[in-house]
Amino acid sequence: MVYSVVGRRGPRVDATDQVTGRTTYAGDINLPGMLVGGMLQSSEAHARIVRIDTTAARAVPGVHAVITGVDLPIAYGIFPVSQDEHALAVDKVRYIGEPVAAVAAVDVETVERALSLIEVEYEPLDVVTNIDEALQTGIGIHNEAGGDNVHRRAALEFGDVAAGFEGAHLVREDVYFFGGNTHAALEQHAAVATAGPDGRVTLWSSTQVPHYLHRTLEKVLEMPAARIRVIAAPVGGGFGGKTDPFSHEIVSAKLALETGRPIKIVLSREQVFYAHRGRHPVLMWVKTGFEADGQITAMHFKSFLDGGAYGSYGAASLLYTGALQTTTYKIPNYKFEGVRVFTNKPPCGPKRGHGTPQPRFALECQLDEAAADLGIDPVAIRRRNLVEPFSVTVNHLRITSCGIAECLEAVVEQSGYSAKHGALPEGKGIGLALGAYMSGAGLPIYWNDMPQSEVDIKVDRGGGVTVFSMATDVGQGSTSILAMMVAEVLGLEPDDLAMVTADTDLTPVDLGSYSSRVTFMAGNAAKEAAERIRDRVVTAVADELGLARDVVVAEGGRVGAVDDETKTLLWADAVRAAISREGPLTASGAYRAPDLAGPYRGAGVGISPAYSYSAAVVEVDCDLETGEVAVTKVWLAHDVGRAINPLLVEGQIEGSVYMGLGEALFEEQAFRGALHRGPSLLDYKMPTFVEMPPVESILIETDDPEGPFGAKEVGQGPLLPVIPALANAVHDALGVRITETPITAAKVVAAQRDMARGGSGRFGPTSVPDHDFGRLTQVDPPEGFDA
Amino acid sequence: MSGDPISNNVVTLTVNGETQQRVAAANRTLLEVLREDLGLTGTKYGCELGECGACTVLIDGIAVLSCVTLALHAEGTEVTTVEGLAQGNVPHPLQAAFAELGAAQCGYCTPGMLMAAKALIDSESNPSRDEIRQALAGNLCRCTGYNKILDAVSLAAGKA
Repeated sequence: MVYSVVGRRGPRVDATDQVTGRTTYAGDINLPGMLVGGMLQSSEAHARIVRIDTTAARAVPGVHAVITGVDLPIAYGIFPVSQDEHALAVDKVRYIGEPVAAVAAVDVETVERALSLIEVEYEPLDVVTNIDEALQTGIGIHNEAGGDNVHRRAALEFGDVAAGFEGAHLVREDVYFFGGNTHAALEQHAAVATAGPDGRVTLWSSTQVPHYLHRTLEKVLEMPAARIRVIAAPVGGGFGGKTDPFSHEIVSAKLALETGRPIKIVLSREQVFYAHRGRHPVLMWVKTGFEADGQITAMHFKSFLDGGAYGSYGAASLLYTGALQTTTYKIPNYKFEGVRVFTNKPPCGPKRGHGTPQPRFALECQLDEAAADLGIDPVAIRRRNLVEPFSVTVNHLRITSCGIAECLEAVVEQSGYSAKHGALPEGKGIGLALGAYMSGAGLPIYWNDMPQSEVDIKVDRGGGVTVFSMATDVGQGSTSILAMMVAEVLGLEPDDLAMVTADTDLTPVDLGSYSSRVTFMAGNAAKEAAERIRDRVVTAVADELGLARDVVVAEGGRVGAVDDETKTLLWADAVRAAISREGPLTASGAYRAPDLAGPYRGAGVGISPAYSYSAAVVEVDCDLETGEVAVTKVWLAHDVGRAINPLLVEGQIEGSVYMGLGEALFEEQAFRGALHRGPSLLDYKMPTFVEMPPVESILIETDDPEGPFGAKEVGQGPLLPVIPALANAVHDALGVRITETPITAAKVVAAQRDMARGGSGRFGPTSVPDHDFGRLTQVDPPEGFDA
Repeated sequence: MSGDPISNNVVTLTVNGETQQRVAAANRTLLEVLREDLGLTGTKYGCELGECGACTVLIDGIAVLSCVTLALHAEGTEVTTVEGLAQGNVPHPLQAAFAELGAAQCGYCTPGMLMAAKALIDSESNPSRDEIRQALAGNLCRCTGYNKILDAVSLAAGKA
C-alpha cells in the first residue's frame, strides 16, 4: 500500500507554536481577577490530625478562602477499587508532603504567609518506610484495625512450573531490585479553574487524562459532569506523571467555587517530587529453568512493590510486573506471585512502561547469566526462545504482528555485537536486551461498554476540516499523528486541518494519553470518522460527475476519477456537493478493543490489541578507578507496525533511550526514612547533553492487521530493553553484575572490590521476604498454546 | 511577604526591542516581570532555583537564568525572549531547524533551549557538536534525548 501522508517524515503540526513561545501551557493561562492558590503540606509521615486552626490564616489581608479536608470529604482514586485518597487529608496524613489545607489569595506572598499561619496539631504514629517493615510490622497505614499494609496480592500459575523445573538442564534463582524513580517532567503540574454564578466549573490542567479527571471532579465536587468542563492544556511532559487526578486540580476548582474568582495553582518543583506517582521500587525473585540449548522450560516470578501511601494505579502496577514476561519469550509454564504494600512515602504509580521495566530488567539480566552458565551466547539464548507472530502466550495474551526477531537481528548486526561481546578491552563492554509493550491497555480503567476512543469530524462549506478528539498531546505528537491519518484518508495535507483536542465540552471521549494507546485506538477512531466523511464526498462527486463510485478517489486536494484529472472537483467543491445532497457533513468514528481477557481474575491487565517489540544494544566505557559508566552508543530497533511519521517515531525512541539510561545510571526517588532525599532537579540526577550518547534508531515495520495503517505504539516500549542492556554491558566491561538500579559508580566500585577479594562481583539484594501470596489460581494454558 | 517593607522601584528594560518601564518590588525576579507584568509567557519556569534552564533569556546577548535574576539587576539592559527571536512571522533559523528536525516534543524546554543556543551561535558561528553539548548542558530536556536538539543547533548555526 502506498500512502501519501502516512509514512512521511515531517514536523509536528504544532511545531511553529512551540518554537515561538505561543504554546499555552496550563501555567501560562492568566484570567482577569485571578487569584493564586497554594497548599499546605504535611510535615509528618504518618500522623492523626488532631486539630487544624485556620483562624490566623483567614485574617491575613488579601486571603479570600481557606479550606481543609472537611470541605472536600469525598474519597477518590484513579481506580474504582482504590478510592483511598482525599484532595486534602481527612483525619490522617500518610506521607510527608501530603496536602492538608489550601489557601486562595491575591498573590503568592500572601498565600505563603497564610499557609504559614495555619496551625495543624498532629499525633504522630509509627512510620513504615520499606517493604520489609510493611510486611512485618503491625502498623496499619490504611487498615488500622488489621495492621496489614498489603494493598493487593496476586498468585497465578499457568501450566505446571514444578514439572518444568524438574526436566530442566539448568535452574537459576536470582534476586533483583529496581529502585524507584520519578518522571520529573520539565513542566511543573498546574491547574486553572473558574466557577461562575451559572454554576459551571471550567478547569484547565496539565493532565494526560481529562476524561478521568472529569469523572473525579463530578464525584468529589458533587456536581453533574455536564456542568464541569475539563480542558487538558498542552502538557509539558507527562511520562505517566500526570495520569492521576491530583489534589491541586480538585482544590483549584473548589476554591473557584468558594471565591467566585479564577484560581491558579502551580506546584513547586518540590511539590512535584512529593506528588510523584512514579516508578515503583520492586524487589524481584526469578527462578527459571532452561534446557541445555537455552530453551526456557518454566519461570516462577515473585515481585514485591513498594507502593507508597495510596493505591493510585497500583492494582494494575502489581499485575504488570507479572504480565508481559511471556510476550517476548515462549514460557511454557509460568507462575507469578506478587504483593504491593503501602508505605509512608509519596504514592507510586505509572511511569513510562508502567510496571514492566522492573521485571524486564530482571528477566534480561538473568538470560545473560543463564547463557553464560550454558556456554551459549546472549544472542543465541534469545533466538532460541522468541515468541512467534500470531501466537498466544501461556497466560492468554494474544500476539498479532511481531517483529521481535527482526529487531534482534538488526541491532546485533548494526552494532557488531557478536564480534564485540566478550572481546572488548577491559572497561569497555556491550550489552543486549529485548522488550515488548502494549499498544494500549485492552480495558478502560472503569468498567463500561462504551468506545475507548471516539473522534468527530466536521467539514465546513469552505472545505475546512475540523477534527475533534479528546486525545491529549503530552509531547508525543498525538495531535500530529491524528492529523496525518485524517489527511491521508481525505487526500489533504495535515496542516489543512484544524485540530480541537482534549476538551470535555467540545471533544468526544478518548480515555487519555496513557498505556501507549492513542496512535492505535484514537488513530483507528479518527481513520473511521475520516473514511465516513470521504465516502460521503466520494459518493456525491461520483453522482455529480457521472462516474462509477469505485473509480473516485480523494487525493491531492481533489476528488474525482482516479485516472482522469478533468473529471475531478476541488475538495471544497466536492464538499459542497456532498452537503447539497445530504446536509451537514459530519461524521464520527470509534474504537473499542476486542475482548481479549483470559479466563482468570487479573486477566484484564496485560491484554492489548497489539504489542510493539524492541531490541537494544548498549555500549559502555567504564572508568576502572571510579566505577563511572559512560554510555558511548545505543542501537535501538523497534517494531512500530508502521511509522506514521518516522521523525516522531525516532523522537520517541531517542527519548525512551534517554529516560532508560537515566533510570539505569542515576535517577532515584530516594528517601531518608520518609523524607525525600533531594526533591530538586539539582539533587535528582538526570542525564544532560553531556551524558547522552548517539542513538541509532532502526524502525521495523510489521503492518499490524488491526492497527490504523498498520501502526503500533512507540512511546514506551523502547525504554524497556535499555536498562538491562546497560546492566549487561557493564558486566561485559568489568565482569561485575549489578543487580539493582540505578547502577551507580559506588555500586560498581563495591562489586569490583568484592571481585578483587575473590567474591562473585555481584552487587544487589540477595533474598526476598518469605511471604504468603494467598490462594493460588491455577489456569490452564489457552487452546492452541504451543509449549 | 505581604505587609513586609519591600521597597518598590521603577525598572526600565528594553524587551525584544521595546523599552518598558515597570514598578518592581526588590525581590521580584526578571522571570516574574516578563511572565506576569509583561505577559510574555513564552519564557518558562521549571524549578525556580536555576537548575533546569527553562527560563533562559538573553541579557545584552548573554544567556542568563531569569528565575534567579532580580528584575532590578536588569535595569537598562536589552532583554531578548523567545517571543523576540523571529522577525515578524519569519522564524529565526534556530526556530525553523527546531521545528523541522523534531527538536521539540512537549516543547516546554524549547524556549530556554533556543535562547541558550542563540547565545552560543551568536558568539561561535560554527560550533562543534561537543561545543554545543557543553554550551547547552545547563538546559534540561526530558523528552527528546537531546540528539535532535544537537542536530537542529548544528543545522541552524550554518544559517544564522
